[in-house]
Amino acid sequence: MADERQVIVSVKNLKQYFNIGKPNMVKAVDDVSFDIYKGETFGLVGESGSGKSTTGRSIIRLYNPTDGHIYFNGQDISKIKSHGSKMKEFRREMQMIFQDPYASLNPRMKVKDIIAEGLDVHHLVKNDDERDKRVRELLDMVNLNPEHMTRYPYEFSGGQRQRIGIARALAVDPQFIIADEPISALDVSIQAQVVNLMQDIQKKQGLTYLFIAHDLSMVKYISDRIAVMYRGKIVELADSDEIYNNPLHPYTQSLLSAIPVPDPEIETKRTRIDFDHKRPFEDDQRLQEVLPGHFLYCNDEKAASFKNNK
Amino acid sequence: MEQIPQIPKEKFRLIHDENNKDQEKIGTPSLTYMQDVRRRLFKDKVAVVCLALISIIVVISILAPIIAPHNPNAQQVTMSNLPPKLGNLNIPGMNGYQNMGGHMVDAYKQADAPKGTFYILGTDYLGRDLLSRIIYGTRLSLVVAVLATLVDLLIGVPYGIVSGWKGGKTDTFMQRIVEIVSSIPNLIVVILMMIILKPGLTSIVIAIAITGWVTMARLVRAQTFQLKEQEYILAARTLGEPSMKIATKHLIPNLSSTIIIQTMFTIPNAIFFEAFLSFIGIGIPAPNASLGTLLSDGQKAFRFLPYQMWAPAIILSVIMIATNLLGDGLRDAFDPQSSEN
Repeated sequence: MADERQVIVSVKNLKQYFNIGKPNMVKAVDDVSFDIYKGETFGLVGESGSGKSTTGRSIIRLYNPTDGHIYFNGQDISKIKSHGSKMKEFRREMQMIFQDPYASLNPRMKVKDIIAEGLDVHHLVKNDDERDKRVRELLDMVNLNPEHMTRYPYEFSGGQRQRIGIARALAVDPQFIIADEPISALDVSIQAQVVNLMQDIQKKQGLTYLFIAHDLSMVKYISDRIAVMYRGKIVELADSDEIYNNPLHPYTQSLLSAIPVPDPEIETKRTRIDFDHKRPFEDDQRLQEVLPGHFLYCNDEKAASFKNNK
Repeated sequence: MEQIPQIPKEKFRLIHDENNKDQEKIGTPSLTYMQDVRRRLFKDKVAVVCLALISIIVVISILAPIIAPHNPNAQQVTMSNLPPKLGNLNIPGMNGYQNMGGHMVDAYKQADAPKGTFYILGTDYLGRDLLSRIIYGTRLSLVVAVLATLVDLLIGVPYGIVSGWKGGKTDTFMQRIVEIVSSIPNLIVVILMMIILKPGLTSIVIAIAITGWVTMARLVRAQTFQLKEQEYILAARTLGEPSMKIATKHLIPNLSSTIIIQTMFTIPNAIFFEAFLSFIGIGIPAPNASLGTLLSDGQKAFRFLPYQMWAPAIILSVIMIATNLLGDGLRDAFDPQSSEN
């Protein structure tokens, strides 16, 4: 069923290394492949340092990928030049929402100039009146008072700032938005507000999200499919229900067993599954489809055992 | 149990929407960034006083040709070493009397000064009016300060931004140049400059131009390194903003506090550097006055004619302390976080 849908972003064997050739070389993203379908929310979870944010930043070309390909609407964008016209076009199609609402808005700029930055770069409005009108529309879209467009970011709360960040990303009418832990810096009541807003906008505008997070319950709530990252590799990828009900990789199982349940009776019985961090990967392992739509990082033997069981 | 009365459906209405709008209303007046800076600066009494002092000194030195009572370089040997005298007001220390061999003597009478002649701050060993010389000397010191600031802004700031923004090999290369330049003491640069140029304003300014921008470049580079990882810079990049625009729109406004504060420290340094060079005799050549040459001249007769050194020393100290304290005040004013506490 998933294959019938149109692929919007396709990542093939993406590698992102830092300090190549030096003793402190880091393989932040190591041979990662996945597809994101149009209109879905693709969740990417993992612990700190697992490479999930780096994956997002490589896809949007804040970094130059070391190796591999990234296809956006069928076009390879992993090698296009940073300052070419193709890049400028691509910058309109893909946008990002950032983690820290206090660091993602320039403290010296008015809200209206922050939101209109994309409009100015891509010359999407002809004059100041049109610019103001568009900014009003965008503020309205994220449920902010349009009268506040002449304010400075420090006058807003965390949730409001994050919505300004969303409005900035929406200004250029992107098709695909990477949300890099957009809610992890917010308190719980505001998290719901922002996530619901993101879902509403997704429905209205037909957007596709790559949702990066470490809060598993929130990811399950928003995502259609989830990929679990560990040490630069995707260890498991499946529909969100499938991941939660039938985790196959020991790391995923360990992660899920750590989620607290707001029910004292279950909570007293809950036992955490330990994961052995010493030998996570072996050479003969790769990400392969073991059940329909369910990918697991394992060796061929193990994959075959799943197929036989079926 | 009593029954709960039924409430008709029409009486319910949605209040959530209006409520929300009210919650998100911001009550404080909408200030521009500069208005906010001014408000915070004016709260700081010390900074306001310093600003006023500096303004007065700047205005006086700009209007030097109008304000100065005498020609600063006109010698009148008969009037040499006269103590301060302010009109015929008999203020102690400002009445033209001088201690000579244990007696207070009217120095103006001894010098046969025509009636009505008085020098507010006295005269030097060549009979030049000290007040006029101080006004002109301050003017020259401020010219040096302004030129040093320009060099800081025009060389130091762009150099630091490019070095920090490009990073990697470019940065390593540019930083090696900075290290080479900063390893040469600027006194040596000035002395070497003497070989080619005559001592004077030009060689002082060139010496400052060669070495003075290094600190600014380093500070701006360090700050740029920090800023370029900020998410709003990343956001600008994902929007496709060109690097030049990022520098002018995002970097410079956020560097402004660093730049202004560093400038406030450059000014007294440059003034002091000039005074120091003039004091050791390789700065501004005679007969022109600068605060340094005045101090140097005054120092020679300090034991007997202390007023000749007090006046320029006080002016120099006031300028240096005032710019330093104003720099402190501006640093707080430019930091939005400081408004809360």
